Amino acid sequence: MLSYASRTVRGVRLEALELGSGRRLLFLHAGYGLDFEAASLERLATQAQVIAPTHPGFGGSERPSSMTTVDDVAYLYLDLLQELDLRDVTLVGVSLGAWIAAEIAVKSTERLAKLVLSSAVGIKVGNRETRDIADIFAMTEDEFNAAAFADPAVAVRDYKSMPEAQVLRVAKNREALARFAWSPYMHNPKLSSRLHRVNVPTLFLWGSRDHIVSQDYGRAYCAAVPGARFELIEAAGHFPHIEQPEVFAANVLDFMECDGSSRRFV
Amino acid sequence: MSGPVRVYHFTEQPYPDAWKDHAGSLRVTLPNRRLDPVIAADLLNRYYDEWALADELGLDVMVNEHHQTATCMSSTSIVALSVLARITKRARILILGYPIGHRTDPLRVAEELAMVDVVSRGRLDMGFIKGVPYEFACSNQNAVGVMDRFWEAHDFIIKAMTSHDGPFNWESENFHYRQVNIWPRPYQKPHPPVWSTTASRGNARVLGERGYVMSVLGSGYSTRPVYDAYREGYKAAGRGTAPADRFGYLGLVSVAATEQKARERAEIIATYLRSSEFVAPAFKNPPGYLAIEDNARLLKGQTPPRSATKDGRKIDMRKASVQELIDAAVMFCGTPDQVFEQITDFADHCGGMGNLLMMGHAGALSHTETVDNLTVFAKEVLPRLKTYRQPTLDDAIAAA
Repeated sequence: MLSYASRTVRGVRLEALELGSGRRLLFLHAGYGLDFEAASLERLATQAQVIAPTHPGFGGSERPSSMTTVDDVAYLYLDLLQELDLRDVTLVGVSLGAWIAAEIAVKSTERLAKLVLSSAVGIKVGNRETRDIADIFAMTEDEFNAAAFADPAVAVRDYKSMPEAQVLRVAKNREALARFAWSPYMHNPKLSSRLHRVNVPTLFLWGSRDHIVSQDYGRAYCAAVPGARFELIEAAGHFPHIEQPEVFAANVLDFMECDGSSRRFV
Repeated sequence: MSGPVRVYHFTEQPYPDAWKDHAGSLRVTLPNRRLDPVIAADLLNRYYDEWALADELGLDVMVNEHHQTATCMSSTSIVALSVLARITKRARILILGYPIGHRTDPLRVAEELAMVDVVSRGRLDMGFIKGVPYEFACSNQNAVGVMDRFWEAHDFIIKAMTSHDGPFNWESENFHYRQVNIWPRPYQKPHPPVWSTTASRGNARVLGERGYVMSVLGSGYSTRPVYDAYREGYKAAGRGTAPADRFGYLGLVSVAATEQKARERAEIIATYLRSSEFVAPAFKNPPGYLAIEDNARLLKGQTPPRSATKDGRKIDMRKASVQELIDAAVMFCGTPDQVFEQITDFADHCGGMGNLLMMGHAGALSHTETVDNLTVFAKEVLPRLKTYRQPTLDDAIAAA
């Protein structure tokens, strides 16, 4: 088990992984849960101060009963940025975390320097009979792994030998994801019409073999964010930070460093 | 604790032709092209005829509701309730249950059920359930938080049925109404009796505290602990000793003049249980339906079977033989003497059980067979159940 710090934001106790030093990076995890994402954080922490909270209701983080939507979570993280007085933060999210990050950015970019959205869900692109985002709640775990990973073998878990506490976290994460994303499925119908408000440099990262959300979906998402850039990561599915942690981190760190792209100059 | 056993005739109104070829999924995903509406019309009308016969024979009747499944064509229970309200004359009409966890609009539920109660002149028994796991995929309601929604919908329906002085307001997390004033109001006062189902001791205790009728489904000789949890809740709420009429049990019934005939019929009826496993695995357990701790146990591969025989053998009702189903009181089968003996032995074991929800038809059992099954039961078993003496608490403790 990873060693989590404890943070209290607006009275809500959240666990968080905090590592590294340097420029500030707030990492928002996928529905999968932070336990399986640590490798990419370690890479990021070689050049950045990474704060990676577990979302409310996931893992060891509390969820106040009033917190039922991704919107609520976005406001909580805006409060986190304010309470810690963090500025010039690079906000990085993957999948569900990218949806939360986009909801934060359309509300306020005051404390953000840059935005990285990987394998993002959160918007509706196709028509009413086109399913943009694979229905993961209609899949077995094997089917999900086949769709979400370039190499499904890396995702296979042996629950029988897994410590009980971690199995409980897996079960808790699955429920928390459904609470926030069951319907409307994995998106907020209002979000796409608000993305024009994102006024910080934005990078989209997409696994070349993502069969949960397609490249076309990612490119449409990217096109809705002013000036955003789109990069593919090869040999990765829906979780490029898990399958290609070094490439993922290098893309994020390069983007953090690149010139002329701080919000001051936009 | 004394009192007879009421018996409700129940069928899921299946479409058994589709059971022959389903690629592992009878529910949610089986294309409805596989249903011939002409055959469905014959079947549904036939099932209604059998309920009308049950009414004439002195039995009560029970309907249910499922969605997107060949195992149960009753996709909206209000249709069967409406038909039965008119074509039956004396039977209690039980819906068990109305899946209010899947419903977006409890006002509509209150209006429908109140109207059925009026048309039937107060014969409705009103069972509320949260809904089965695989049908959250169909309704698109979130299984996360379903019990909160269930109880809030329940509270709203009861309030709507018992408010008689003009509109009331209801604005909450789940439901929003500002002018609630249902017409007609229910026939029974203060409202039709509330029933529910559960397999868990925790929920059983809550139902006991409220004094509602609680039924369990096919749990056999594992039933007693759930009933006892109800009894604890009933007593803790200051209601005293829970009478037998607070308890229901759903069991399959095959009764005939000879044991051999009953066994033949039982093989057909048992196909109902054997069909229940044909659910695409992804839909079997949506997140939030079970508690996190229960899901963790499932991930660990721990799946305790629900049914047990009297001597403690665990059985999987989806694969069990007819003999095992009889041993576990999942099925009551044999001659009238044998069936009476099996039912009352089980009721004694449970410490009292006042409502047998009898699956008198299941699977592809023919109309002729079903008519015989119901007729033999009503003529040979029911009169004896009406004079059955439920165990006293002392009897029950001694028997346990």
